Amino acid sequence: MSMEEFRARAREIVNDATLTFHQRRHYLAWLAENALEYPELSKEAAEALNKQIICDLFEGSAPYRARYILPDYARALHNGSTHLELDPPTDLDEALSFLLIMYTQVPSITGYPVYLGDFDKILAPYVDKVDDETLYRNLRLFWIALDRILPDAFVHTNLGPHDSRISRTIFRIERELLQVVPNISLKVDPEVTPDDLILDAVLTVIATGKPHFVNHPLMVRDLGEEYAAVSCYNSLKIGGGSHTLNRLNLKEVALLHQGDIDSFIEETLPHYVELNAELIEARIRYLVEEAKFFEHDFLAAEGLIQLDRFSAMYGIYGLAEAVDILMEGADKQGRYGHDDEANELSYEITRKVADLVASRPMPYCAGNNGRAFLHSQSGIDSDLEVTAGTRIPIGEEPEMFAHIKAVAPHHDLFQAGVSDIFHVEDTVRRNPSAMVDIIRGAFVEGMRDFTFNLATNGFIRITGYLVRKCDVEQFDEMGARHGSTTFAAGSVKNSHVTDRNVKRVLSRESSPRAPQ
Amino acid sequence: MKAAQGHLNDVIRFSAVDGPGNRFVVFLQGCNYNCIACHNPYTINECDSCGQCVEPCPEMALFYDGHNQVTVDDDLCTNCDICIQVCPTDSTPLSKMVRLENLVRQIDEVSPFLSGITVSGGEPTLQADFVASLFCSIKCSDKLSRLTTFVDSNGSASREVWDRLLPVMDGAMIDLKALDPDTHVAMTGEHNGPVLDTIRYLAEWQRLYEVRLLMVPGRNDSPAVVERTARWLYDVDPSMRIKLIGFRRHGVRPQFADIPEVDPAHLEELAKIVRSVGIKDLVLV
Ligand code: SF4
Ligand code: SF4
Repeated sequence: MSMEEFRARAREIVNDATLTFHQRRHYLAWLAENALEYPELSKEAAEALNKQIICDLFEGSAPYRARYILPDYARALHNGSTHLELDPPTDLDEALSFLLIMYTQVPSITGYPVYLGDFDKILAPYVDKVDDETLYRNLRLFWIALDRILPDAFVHTNLGPHDSRISRTIFRIERELLQVVPNISLKVDPEVTPDDLILDAVLTVIATGKPHFVNHPLMVRDLGEEYAAVSCYNSLKIGGGSHTLNRLNLKEVALLHQGDIDSFIEETLPHYVELNAELIEARIRYLVEEAKFFEHDFLAAEGLIQLDRFSAMYGIYGLAEAVDILMEGADKQGRYGHDDEANELSYEITRKVADLVASRPMPYCAGNNGRAFLHSQSGIDSDLEVTAGTRIPIGEEPEMFAHIKAVAPHHDLFQAGVSDIFHVEDTVRRNPSAMVDIIRGAFVEGMRDFTFNLATNGFIRITGYLVRKCDVEQFDEMGARHGSTTFAAGSVKNSHVTDRNVKRVLSRESSPRAPQ
Repeated sequence: MKAAQGHLNDVIRFSAVDGPGNRFVVFLQGCNYNCIACHNPYTINECDSCGQCVEPCPEMALFYDGHNQVTVDDDLCTNCDICIQVCPTDSTPLSKMVRLENLVRQIDEVSPFLSGITVSGGEPTLQADFVASLFCSIKCSDKLSRLTTFVDSNGSASREVWDRLLPVMDGAMIDLKALDPDTHVAMTGEHNGPVLDTIRYLAEWQRLYEVRLLMVPGRNDSPAVVERTARWLYDVDPSMRIKLIGFRRHGVRPQFADIPEVDPAHLEELAKIVRSVGIKDLVLV
């Protein structure tokens, strides 16, 4: 970028009436970062990045904070913080205020914390003497504060797998407030989580589109007890996180491939898997060795994150198109999600990628034994004609049982999360326990993450984050309070945002670039 | 008596509208009623292989087999339903005999997702031996015995038939088309004596999951009639669960397609009446 161009872009951002002050500042920082040289890559990797065969999700040219950070809030509350000059809280009021302060200081790729803690656990020490009504009132005010102070749809909390008064109160508040923030995942352990808590969560989904459901035993197997789902289907270690997330576009790889399916699996695929790995490695090294993030951040200094609980996320997407392209190339009719042979091919591809990633050493990834975590990446708003992660294309999904059967075998491989969204008929409103049955079944079938939504609640799920339908509908005339709506409207209409109003909430992970 | 096969119309693997929780639903072929409001009239009769649907099938999926029976080639059929629309007999060439083991295997595959199974139709009690055998297989299997077994019936079966099902049946949904005998005959072609008896009998055995009242405008939806019906049901069992369903035209045969649909406000009105006699467990659809 020439200095002239840089100045023109900066000027555009500064004068952009659709952005709040904070949003302008965020994009100015993004612009400055991207004026720097990219970490050194081989010619091939640089070219693949340029052509978006591999993609850094516009994280920026000079990573100076890890992409996803999961502070150990329990530890922070227990020890207090020297940096923040806060003593350990002694009651619920102090704990909630401690957390609100701390959230403003947690770095992330979006500028907002992607993880708020598992509230049922971190608040447990403070609620014993609090009666139900006080708990409700305090959490309700806290909930409103979260939505207004952290206006990003990727701010995420976890609950479960045990039942608790805190989780029940939060679900009740969720159904009353109908807010976009925070996003929620409920950890479900078939042995521990009562049907009744899952039912409460299902009723909350029916009203608000949240929470997601995660397969707790499977997560514990891969990540240990101390894990959380953050941002949007990203499961990582608490006290750790992910340095970066870079993804491989399998559709593009399949389009570039010449030859039969075997040579795709044995030659073309490994070649591009390595290019994306090279990108990840270069970004990690810059973050840790050049920007020295872990040497200066107070979270690291106070032991609230530890480098050895970090890894990186290796994302893939466009599996559906890749399978269909390869099948066609082999003169076969079957399509992903509908045909046994196509599905088998899809498993072969993800297994191959998983093997390659598991045998590729990665620096500063002690959080996963020196390897990156595999992740089925659920898309950003600029993705066109390519399906998120390992999903079946929207509109082509088979009936639910066949759908679950087709995608479940992938879930085992994606330690860092995989998203399949199920659109459910309105009839479950009258029979929500049917969804409890289905969630339990999905986990028996080996699914890791389960998300469903109804066509008739007030929310739309785009790639995993939520926007309110009324906001999208009013978007053209009035703009929206939540910025995620802007990008959802963009995704919905598949067009650029032309609106000239200010949005309060951003969805920076799904729309990571500055407006142009 | 054990029956190794049943006459099957179709199955649905996930249903949220056929009893509590998520259920596998078995639709059996054949019904002894001829309801004006029937939503799936092609389940009423047995196919007599008249052949009138063979020619219209756009996929040429229908043919006469060696026994002069009209049969479908599953690989060709696209489920376009044209055969069902042209059939003069209220039947379908797509129903088939299904072996018990085969059906149990299909249920087994989906079982982690289910609260139970529901046998519907058609009128399932016409194949009571098969239904009893199916429920027995579920209840005798270590893996499947946690599934609940429900029947969705028009209530016409006798006590002897219910006696065969009761040991293996967890609940029944019974349609009551009309309390008044003449209205019932006009709406179904049959008397309602057996239906009322079924409701009393199953309630006594605590196997009556719900009674469904389909409200058909101008036929059985006057406030006075609904109140009498609700009162009668309340007297049978005050804790009775009632589902009040507004008639919808979907699937109904052309000759009855001029029946108006129920106005939602009117349905709300009727719901109030049902509640006013003391019924607490009321669902509106
Ligand atoms: S389905 Fe109907 S039209 Fe076709 S052969 Fe049977 S009775 Fe005749
Ligand atoms: S549904 Fe009937 S008409 Fe249609 S393809 Fe199948 S057999 Fe032929």
